[in-house]
Amino acid sequence: MRYAMAVDTKKCVGCSDCVVACQTENNVPIGYCRDWVVEVTDGTYPQLEMEIRSERCNHCANAPCVRCCPTGASHIVEGGIVLVTPTECIGCGACIASCPYDARYPHPKGYVDKCTFCEHRIKNGMSPSCVEVCPTKCLYFGDLDDPNSNVSNVLRLRKYKTLIPEAGTDPQLFFLI
Amino acid sequence: MANRREFIKISLYGAGILAAGAGTYKVIKALSKEEEEEIKKLAIDLKRTPTYCEVCFWKCAGWVYKNPDGSIWKIIGNEDDQNCNGRLCPRGTGGIGMYYDGDRLKTPLIRTEARGKQVFREASWDEALTYISEKMQKIAKEHGPECIALFTHGSGGKYFGDLLKAFGSTNIAAPSYAQCRGPREVGFMATFGEGLESPEPTDIRDTKCLVLIGSHIGENMHNGQVQEMSDAIDKGAVIITVDPRFSTAAGKSKYWLPIKPATDMALLLSWIHIIISEELYDKNYVEKHTYGFDQLKEAVKSYTPEWAYGITTIKPDIIRKTAKEMADASPAVIVHPGRHVTWYGDDTQRSRAIAILNALLGSWGRRGGFFRPETFEMPTYPHPDFPEPVRTWRDAFPGKYVLADLALANGICDATIPVTTRDCSFKGWIVNGTNLIETLPNQKQTIEAIQNLDLLAVVDTMPMEITGWADVILPECTYLERYDSIRTGPARTPQIALRMPAVEPSNNSKPAYWIARQLALKLGLEKYFPHENLEDLLDWQLKETGSSLEEMKRIGVKTFPRSADDLYFSDDEEVEFYTNTGKIELYSTSFLNEGFDPVPTYTAHPEPPEGFYRLIYGRAPMHTFSRTSNNPYLFDLMDENLLWVNPKVAKQWYLKNGQEVFLENQDGVRSQFPIKVRITERIRWDSVYMVHGFGHADKKLSRTYGRGASDAKLITNVMLDPIMGGTGMRGNFVTFILDKAETEVAS
Amino acid sequence: MREEIIVSGRMNAMVDPNLHIWHWQIPLYLFLGGMAAGILCIAALYFIRGRENDYRTAVRITPFLTPVLLVLGLLALLIDLRHKLYFWQLYTNIRLQSPMSWGAWTLMVITPVSFIWCALHIRDLFPNWDWKYNWLKAIETFFNKYKKALAWVMLIYGLILGIYTGILLSAFNARPLWNTSILGPLFLASGLSAGAAATLIMSKNKEERKQFARIDLVIIGIELFLIVHMFMGFLASTQVQIDAARLFLGGPYTTIFWVFVIMLGLLLPAILEILELRKYHIPAIIPAIMVIFGSLMLRFVIVYAGQASRWLY
Repeated sequence: MRYAMAVDTKKCVGCSDCVVACQTENNVPIGYCRDWVVEVTDGTYPQLEMEIRSERCNHCANAPCVRCCPTGASHIVEGGIVLVTPTECIGCGACIASCPYDARYPHPKGYVDKCTFCEHRIKNGMSPSCVEVCPTKCLYFGDLDDPNSNVSNVLRLRKYKTLIPEAGTDPQLFFLI
Repeated sequence: MANRREFIKISLYGAGILAAGAGTYKVIKALSKEEEEEIKKLAIDLKRTPTYCEVCFWKCAGWVYKNPDGSIWKIIGNEDDQNCNGRLCPRGTGGIGMYYDGDRLKTPLIRTEARGKQVFREASWDEALTYISEKMQKIAKEHGPECIALFTHGSGGKYFGDLLKAFGSTNIAAPSYAQCRGPREVGFMATFGEGLESPEPTDIRDTKCLVLIGSHIGENMHNGQVQEMSDAIDKGAVIITVDPRFSTAAGKSKYWLPIKPATDMALLLSWIHIIISEELYDKNYVEKHTYGFDQLKEAVKSYTPEWAYGITTIKPDIIRKTAKEMADASPAVIVHPGRHVTWYGDDTQRSRAIAILNALLGSWGRRGGFFRPETFEMPTYPHPDFPEPVRTWRDAFPGKYVLADLALANGICDATIPVTTRDCSFKGWIVNGTNLIETLPNQKQTIEAIQNLDLLAVVDTMPMEITGWADVILPECTYLERYDSIRTGPARTPQIALRMPAVEPSNNSKPAYWIARQLALKLGLEKYFPHENLEDLLDWQLKETGSSLEEMKRIGVKTFPRSADDLYFSDDEEVEFYTNTGKIELYSTSFLNEGFDPVPTYTAHPEPPEGFYRLIYGRAPMHTFSRTSNNPYLFDLMDENLLWVNPKVAKQWYLKNGQEVFLENQDGVRSQFPIKVRITERIRWDSVYMVHGFGHADKKLSRTYGRGASDAKLITNVMLDPIMGGTGMRGNFVTFILDKAETEVAS
Repeated sequence: MREEIIVSGRMNAMVDPNLHIWHWQIPLYLFLGGMAAGILCIAALYFIRGRENDYRTAVRITPFLTPVLLVLGLLALLIDLRHKLYFWQLYTNIRLQSPMSWGAWTLMVITPVSFIWCALHIRDLFPNWDWKYNWLKAIETFFNKYKKALAWVMLIYGLILGIYTGILLSAFNARPLWNTSILGPLFLASGLSAGAAATLIMSKNKEERKQFARIDLVIIGIELFLIVHMFMGFLASTQVQIDAARLFLGGPYTTIFWVFVIMLGLLLPAILEILELRKYHIPAIIPAIMVIFGSLMLRFVIVYAGQASRWLY
């Protein structure tokens, strides 16, 4: 079981619904976010191209944040989801510094927080909150080990990329281009 | 030996401590695991109540989920709803911020000093309502009840509208008409015999070619349309975007036409010319359903692509290619009518051109083009007839704007300023759910009008610029705290949606229905509001349709079958259009009768002078006008607007990214607050762009006060549409002021 | 032109617009720990080589600073934690992949060791010290018997303490400025030179002072060598490393680095010590304080500048 998410940059309009839905679902304090939207424009007017991406923790298979955690609070559960146990976290911030995607943030309560792929929802058979709310349906989530899951299908049919693969973290968030 | 004994003792003690420690640790871990389970127990459905969103006019139906303690947790779309298909937009998802915003109006307020000084005292509901009713009666006695007008944008408009009609005035205006979609309603009515309404019946999900000329879907978050555009992209539809700015939609388009601002009419006329001259139009459709083809052909004879190239800077072969793309996709093609079309004063004619183009391509009433929406007919509870008003707003403009089908908000505003040529003016305004200061262009005139009022009563949820000028402020509770009328459509299939309160109104706020009814009681109009509680009226209405309030509370949305299988024209259908000729008028007889051009013509519009740039404004998907800028969730996403400046322009002015500048327009009006510069290639060098709805001047908006700049303040040159009175707002030019401004704050 | 922006208003505290998750507490601890490591390593090394009597200050007196340094360092670390009540979780796990875990356990070992080492030499400060309790006297005898083993423990854990902080930072490949294997040896060298400088200040023995001045000089040379190669490595590497190096070559940290770390912390003390060895009369305390200051500033600059270096946006 290997959970992954694919973001269709051709359909994402950058509305940031995923950001506010995650905030309300997971009680993310205002001023913090677990996911965000990046807009890249290339060229000179009027020869222009744009890519819009909804980004979050990549739940890397080779996660530096898990390796550097001194207490094991940062851990990987079944399916490859990277989670933080708040009561084991000492708030040292090493994992925040170790993430090349800057996906983690210090929760005001003291522990470190980040996207959890809505683990509390997927273990009840629902999809992550961002996937469910996205008006353009540009987010795909599922099990990569299942060849019939919609993530596997869309990765088979479309070209895709990951962010800074050279950082060597083996991210599980794919961007369809 | 003593050492060894000591050593063993210490070791045993140490081991004992370690064991006890491990044991305690295990217990703590178990306890904290429980705590973690509590934190994580979010997925299970708790209580939920149905509602439909009020953040914008799309009114997506949704479910409000609550925490175990009864507080609002989140709001998710209703899966059965045709407007949102279970997915709310960011404003809808963040709508709970409206409820939680600490800056909300909490209690009725009455002004104690001069208008604009913003000094109020708290009052009870009874006192505030008595004040308003007494003033209303005074105005009715001295001038007539028609001299009271209602400005509304939202669900409360129904009740205040009924109140005003019962009182004797039909002067009810929504700024969304003459400041937004008015011209296209009149343009399409003149062509097809009917307007577009809201939401527009665009069949985007099945279209093969979507032409966006003056529409920035993706940044304007018309939920259903954004969703359907995504479906269209999945199906490989061609998107053609015409915009001087590289919008989000342009980023997803096969063709982006970076048109010179104010020249869209030339492009449209040229497309019409090509489609006619190269015989790319839907011949059957045109022959069967349209009138005036030959006159149209004659009129557009000279509008060649080469002619258009000189005006629009779009190359002729691109104009031809895009026309061909449209024709190839016909009838599954949509030339999108846009929404905020009040640009240069010839907007009704430009909308006519778009309507004509759609008619030639045969998209009206066809799959992938425009469908025929159906609104559910909710029964009205019997009440006595409304009195006939002696005067309407039209009497203030004799002979003008005959073709406008709804009241003009700016017209009422104009007619509030006394002039010698008019024997009476408006004396009282009731404003509900619209921030007139930021909505109507030419703020100075709006303020002058307000100063001439005997009564300005504002009903709103948040302190906005308009509340600062009010005599009485009545705090309305948010949509999450009240019942409202059943939402009835229009949609592909008739559908009704219920709004019920998720929580009790907070502080001392009240629903609009209650406020309107209380005023009615004070004015002696109780027979028009027989139900004390709105839910009793809703229950009666629903029972008349075979449903009930109890059922709607459970399902939220109920869909009914269409009255006929006529979502699209059928091939042999004899369609009757509500025009003079009974057909689609490519050559408009109604315009001809009123003395306007029956076929649109091109007018050149003023260009920015040296050192000035055209002020273009638009929307962001996470905000609705100026309404949401203080919403804590949405403020978190976007806390201020930025001024888009082309790098060439930035270089000329030595501007750096993020630098704050003040803006001054062609009439010398300066922005009150500075705005940060965003240097981007996405905007043309003759224009600057900003998102509308920022630059708030009301200090009570603790988050958004002073953030960004207000485009509305800089829109002082209004280009009036002679056909229906729409206020064209894109004829304003700004220059940069790089040192501090000294303008006094006058809210 | 490429324009890459975050449009959803991301402003996570201490992460945006630049990472600043670690403030003064961390560089302070790095300095205190590094200096303590240097002192303990030198003390252990000379003791093991039997030079205890030649360098009495280094082996017996200067280590009295270390319990203070280590306790203050630990306090700084504790203050830095954001979830302080759970700090004990550090000691319910040993995670070999996490340099921070090594550090926690190393400190757990070396802090008591430093206390013990001081206790063994307490009579150098208080000649009439009496342990009073028999079990304390028994412990003293025990450790005096196994002093060499203790010294070895102190040496090894001191080296780990001195080098692990550099390895900890260099393991963060997400911060290109730190992602160089030179950082570990650089921090160790800097710690050793600070430790040597401490002895330089405290010693009354001229021969000892001369020896430690020479040691300092050699270590400064090594540090400069490492720094030069660090820059060469960055500038020859990928774009993110070049951008990281640029922080010191025209970027916001240029002045602080070249003035405080290189000039005042390395070059100037080196020059002063060379002059002193050439018999010019320079009070030894000046270059020593400059070296210690430079060691502190090196930590600050590296920690702050490292957080400013990044891969994205």
